[in-house]
Amino acid sequence: MPNQPAHSAQSLLTMRALIVRRKRWDIIFSVVGMFAMLGGIITLAALIAGMAFEGLPRISWDFFASFPSRHAAKAGILSAWVGTTLVMMVTVLSAVPLGIAAGVYLEEYAAKNWMTDLIEINVTNLAGVPSIVYGLLALGLFVYQLDLGQSILAAGLTLAILILPIVIVATREAIRSIPGTIREGAFALGATKWQTVSQHVLPYSTAGILTGVIIALSRAIGETAPLITIGALTYIAFLPESPFTGEFPYVSFEWLSSAFTVMPIQMFNWVSRPQEAFHQNAAAAGLVLIVMTLMMNAMAIYIRYHFRKRIKW
Amino acid sequence: MSENIMGLLKSEAKNLNFYYGEYQALKNINLKVAEKRITALIGPSGCGKSTFLRCFNRMHDLYPGNRYDGEIMLSPDDVNILNPKIDPIEVRMRIGMVFQKPNPFPKTIYENVAYGLRVRGISNRRKLDEKVEKALRGAALWNEVKDRLTSLAFNLSGGQQQRLCIARALATDPEMMLFDEPTSALDPIATASIEELIAQLKEQVTILIVTHNMQQAARVSDYTAFMHMGEVVEFSDTNTIFTNPAQKRTEDYITGRYG
Amino acid sequence: MSENLKSSRFAHRRMRHVRERIIESLLFLAAFSSVAITVAIVVILVRESLGFFEHVSIVDFLTDTQWTPLFDDAHYGIMPLVAGTLVTAGVALAVAIPLGTIIAIYLSEFAPHRVREFVKPVLELLDGIPTIVYGYFALLFVTPLLQYFLPELPGFNMLSAGLVMGVMIIPYVSSISEDAMRAVPMHIREGSYAMGATRFQTALRVVTPAAFSGIAAAYILGISRAIGETMIVAVAAGMQPNLTWNPMEPAATITAYIVQVSLGDLPHGSIGYQTIFVAGLTLMLMTLVFNIAGHWLRKRFREVY
Repeated sequence: MPNQPAHSAQSLLTMRALIVRRKRWDIIFSVVGMFAMLGGIITLAALIAGMAFEGLPRISWDFFASFPSRHAAKAGILSAWVGTTLVMMVTVLSAVPLGIAAGVYLEEYAAKNWMTDLIEINVTNLAGVPSIVYGLLALGLFVYQLDLGQSILAAGLTLAILILPIVIVATREAIRSIPGTIREGAFALGATKWQTVSQHVLPYSTAGILTGVIIALSRAIGETAPLITIGALTYIAFLPESPFTGEFPYVSFEWLSSAFTVMPIQMFNWVSRPQEAFHQNAAAAGLVLIVMTLMMNAMAIYIRYHFRKRIKW
Repeated sequence: MSENIMGLLKSEAKNLNFYYGEYQALKNINLKVAEKRITALIGPSGCGKSTFLRCFNRMHDLYPGNRYDGEIMLSPDDVNILNPKIDPIEVRMRIGMVFQKPNPFPKTIYENVAYGLRVRGISNRRKLDEKVEKALRGAALWNEVKDRLTSLAFNLSGGQQQRLCIARALATDPEMMLFDEPTSALDPIATASIEELIAQLKEQVTILIVTHNMQQAARVSDYTAFMHMGEVVEFSDTNTIFTNPAQKRTEDYITGRYG
Repeated sequence: MSENLKSSRFAHRRMRHVRERIIESLLFLAAFSSVAITVAIVVILVRESLGFFEHVSIVDFLTDTQWTPLFDDAHYGIMPLVAGTLVTAGVALAVAIPLGTIIAIYLSEFAPHRVREFVKPVLELLDGIPTIVYGYFALLFVTPLLQYFLPELPGFNMLSAGLVMGVMIIPYVSSISEDAMRAVPMHIREGSYAMGATRFQTALRVVTPAAFSGIAAAYILGISRAIGETMIVAVAAGMQPNLTWNPMEPAATITAYIVQVSLGDLPHGSIGYQTIFVAGLTLMLMTLVFNIAGHWLRKRFREVY
């Protein structure tokens, strides 16, 4: 059967009209897509602006230097940010070495067997566990079983477990991006496995690992639920013992067993009160949290970008 | 020149240059494509034959930084399809393409063939059935798949998938079909059946085929153009090109001095 | 002399070998800790839950319509908490899934390179804001705003919490979906464009179906996230268990209940203490199902392309 003359003038016109109609959908969807994106961005902006508007008036040196109080105007976040700092110290010192070690093992040493599969499944699974379940784990294990009590040490360990999967995944991805030729070169020169890893692989993956760690920490700083579960106090009007003392041996570990609070919990406490004035305090605390989170994310993005430009494989 | 005894002209490239950004990939190409005949483009890797082919359906428009300079006329309405005012979609509705690697959609066999029809707004079930069957017959695939039209296209073999892609392109009654190394990803048996199919198709559509396999061009095409480094070195009827080429470069390539 | 040299070299090599093995073992232990943690979670949740089920029958647990474990007339039906969790998650997903998918399609198939580079990190920031801040936002901004349109809306309600949670989950859904779509090879798209399809037709009829398992994975992981969220609902939806499917009422989710109990004082080993572990176990089981499904789908998608 001969080909229909698809190119007659009439059918060309029909075709063109059809195309115009169809392309209209391209435009409609583009607009819808942009609105959807803008919706998200505007919500973010509204959130930050709202917190700033409410909270900024309360931000002052006094705010950072005062303990919480029954009088909203006198209340501050001293115990909260000190608590956050101390808890983070424990978290960093536990999660980072453990996570990097695990990541190194999985990328460099692990053979393809059922044990490795098991570990990998677990890491993936842990990343999806709700944060409050980590709180329950910590309550049962750290606070009671191991008798660490409701302390900074327990809190730090809780958050460490929570961010562990993030650190492991970041380490693995950073290591994975290093080409095999680097390792081969090292082996050819007679280096052992560990020498190759510690002297070549790890240094090159530092930027990627660092990025992941910073992002993990920014998540940890904002975590509230697991710490409430292990018994963070919402009203603390004292500071734990300082880690650094004036006399020998110059470091003390008293603070690890101290009761504690952290910034997000302080904010939660204030938000839960009916008085408007406390809401202002909460907004101020929230603003501090947002600024900290944004700064850490920006730092991570900067590191990622800066190092990606420098190293060209 | 044997060009003068060509039949009707379907398409003609006039002074065509093409740039990937700063790099000039096609240099001053002039080529006539005969209606309802098979024209083959041969040449070593990187000579620009695929680049030239993809100008015919404005494929380069999909990627930023490309620039056409020159014309490709399409008859009978004598429109320059490279004109920016002409929507590439219109060009692609008139000129179909079959790719090197068979690329069926993740859909059923029926829906793959019906895709082009649905894109054109045809939704009447009976009409679709009719055209799908006609296209599958035209691609010599109907008997093999008529009982499993609702199974996924992925389940077909490589050769069958490629014939499905041909059916898909045929379903919309294109004026011209472009084949970009259609058998290079297939085994010899599948290759032979596709070649046979292409030879039959020329009764329905004008065909422009790129192939790196010289013997394939010799077997299948009526006219052959030899390209080298972005230019058409020689263009003539296939017989002349392969038995009595006028250019030394052509002869060198044909005899395998370089590949 | 050379004897000494040889044996000392041999000893040196052996010591190096031993050291390598020790290091490898340490690294293995670090990796194995993930398994240990999972085991610990399961053990602790199950142990306390078993204690709970000595006092309460499973049938009661699953069918009682009230959850009042700390009252004198104690009821231990998990339904109100599950309902609260499902309703807030439902509202959140009603926001996150459509918007997340649209954004993913737009960024993958339509947006110019610059727009993508700018928008992606900004959307990721949405994911990084502490959830307590979102809770504040839901309670003190969104609820009053909604009350303007719906005057009967109570101060604590699942709608605000759900909406804000939805916005928070958008980047989660959109980035995984977008990755799935971008993984669809260009030659499939070319096949569609070569047929004369528009960008929208290609995106909708070819790319999205091709990326289907990846997109489904994104949805499922989003569900899991919504179910596990705590602070937004604790602050904005209230902490009163309430068996209802109406989002305009206050209710407690499983997570909010655990927070409420933890804020108070509970003697270790009391039934009140055990209830939070039972609640946690229920939560774990719900998210586990979704996590497994989501990751299986994601892996299968990676294998196809």
